[in-house]
Amino acid sequence: MAVTADRVEALGVEERRRGWVDVTWEFCRKRPLGAMGAAVVLLNLLVAVAANVLAPYDPVTTDYAAMLAAPSRAHWLGTDAFGRDVLSRIIYGSRTAMLVGFSCAFVGATLGAVIGVTSAYFGGKVDLFIQRFMDIFLAFPLIILALAVVAILGTGISNVILAITIPMIPRAALVARSSALAIREMPYIDAARASGFRHHRIVLRHMLPNVMASYLIMLTAFLGQAILLEASLSFLGLGVAEPVAAWGLMLRGAAVQFAESAPWMALFPGLAISLAVFAFNLFGDSLRDALDPRLRTQ
Amino acid sequence: MLRYIVKRVLLMIPTLIGVAVLIFFLMRVVPGDVVELRFAGESAFASKENLAIERARLGLDQPLWKQFVTWMTGIMRFDFGTSMWTGSPISEEIRLRFALSLQLSIMATIVAVLLAIPLGVLAALKQDTWVDYAVRIFSIAGLSMPSFWLGIVFILGLLIVFKWLPPMVYTPFWVSPVQNLAQLIWPALAVGYRYSAVATRMTRSAMLEVLREDYIRTARAKGLWQNLILSRHALKNAMLPVLTVIALEFAFLMGGLVVTEQVFNLNGLGMLFVESVAHRDYTLTQALVLLVAFVFIFVNFAVDLAYAWIDPRIRFR
Repeated sequence: MAVTADRVEALGVEERRRGWVDVTWEFCRKRPLGAMGAAVVLLNLLVAVAANVLAPYDPVTTDYAAMLAAPSRAHWLGTDAFGRDVLSRIIYGSRTAMLVGFSCAFVGATLGAVIGVTSAYFGGKVDLFIQRFMDIFLAFPLIILALAVVAILGTGISNVILAITIPMIPRAALVARSSALAIREMPYIDAARASGFRHHRIVLRHMLPNVMASYLIMLTAFLGQAILLEASLSFLGLGVAEPVAAWGLMLRGAAVQFAESAPWMALFPGLAISLAVFAFNLFGDSLRDALDPRLRTQ
Repeated sequence: MLRYIVKRVLLMIPTLIGVAVLIFFLMRVVPGDVVELRFAGESAFASKENLAIERARLGLDQPLWKQFVTWMTGIMRFDFGTSMWTGSPISEEIRLRFALSLQLSIMATIVAVLLAIPLGVLAALKQDTWVDYAVRIFSIAGLSMPSFWLGIVFILGLLIVFKWLPPMVYTPFWVSPVQNLAQLIWPALAVGYRYSAVATRMTRSAMLEVLREDYIRTARAKGLWQNLILSRHALKNAMLPVLTVIALEFAFLMGGLVVTEQVFNLNGLGMLFVESVAHRDYTLTQALVLLVAFVFIFVNFAVDLAYAWIDPRIRFR
């Protein structure tokens, strides 16, 4: 059966991949909740980038004349025990949160995906060994890891990122491995192997792009989790150190001590955390529905 | 079946040994040791000789491999040794804290199940209606709020609205159940809400999957009651993944409630963790990490067994 040139062309036109704009538009139309989440995430990123322009006060300047001031026209969300403006600290805190969130999620999900796919690709003894090694980190309590990292390296943003990223890797590896196991059996992997490609090329160029759906789902889920973990660690005094503005840190100490007389100190930073993580989760949830055909409900 | 169980139990051993090696060396890398910290307050006695004598008494002067072997042989005999900081047996130190953490985890699980299963089923039945969306937003909100902050808000709300503060000193359940519950219900609610979010979403998607199965249609065609179909046919089959989520979360709660414990002034395992690392109490930290890792691995194992028990289609390999 001869295939004419224009028939091939017609097929080509039909199967042309839709552009980014179309995909985004369709996502927004079909999943308004997810689009709303994405919008809040973008807004949050914008606030983080433009913090120095938006914040009405310097986040670390103390003003002992205005300690524990209630929300007013001068300080919209009140001030803390050192007279620092709560709104400005929240605005600057989004920098810390976004930095920690994106770096942890990106590094954790990427390294995890590479390890998981490699493990699935080689199978057998290598797989067994990598899995047992990952099991050790899965079973290891996160808080101890964080405590140890802080005790060894001290507090600070980069150490918090390290402490949060390490336990994410085995979780990402677990997910990536299970999707990669199915891909390993695909004929195109056999074809790549028969063509004599090297292992790293098959893993990185042929297998990794095909676990993209689970990778993106993990990435968005990790973003929210990383922000929450950073807040908990900072709250415990194991994360970002004063006077850097961070949401978890703002809930620590005086915020609890003076909670009754100055509830704004405890309420607003917590709301900021919740809203930021809520937006990430809303977006991630819709993305998962859109990407994972098994979870598609219709 | 037996072969599978034996294999799984044997596979636990290398993982636990790995955890043991990791925490053993991690703690030694952390600067400072228990002796230095203990003598830090009393500089008059902190001569070099005194430090050396104390280190020798605790066995810290031995080479690392020897310390590790001593520790491991102790564990094989279920002897965790004594705390380097307080000097009392570790089993004693852990027991009371363990009871508190266990009670809190169980209460949080009850809260989570009571919220998750009805909400998840409801959302699945009313798929894509406003009920579904409301449940979804409620559960995603639960995932997004730090539970320690929710705890602070609870305390604040009780204080401002009811002028009442939950008891801040722990009373064991057997001494005064009312006092005990009045304190623990708040952290259980704060943690349980977050924990229910995962389970609600799992219940919903599992129910949706099961409701599309042929045997549900058959049951409907037979004219069975909707309630009977839901409880006997659908829910029972949808419970498997929900059970997994609940069990894994439970394992996590046992050692992971550090921040919530701090907010509610509870002396659970989480706080013990923080204290033991702060004191560089090697023996206690090591024992705690092994305990938490064991609970985690064991719950995983138990879930796999329960899976096969409930669902005969799953075969062991």
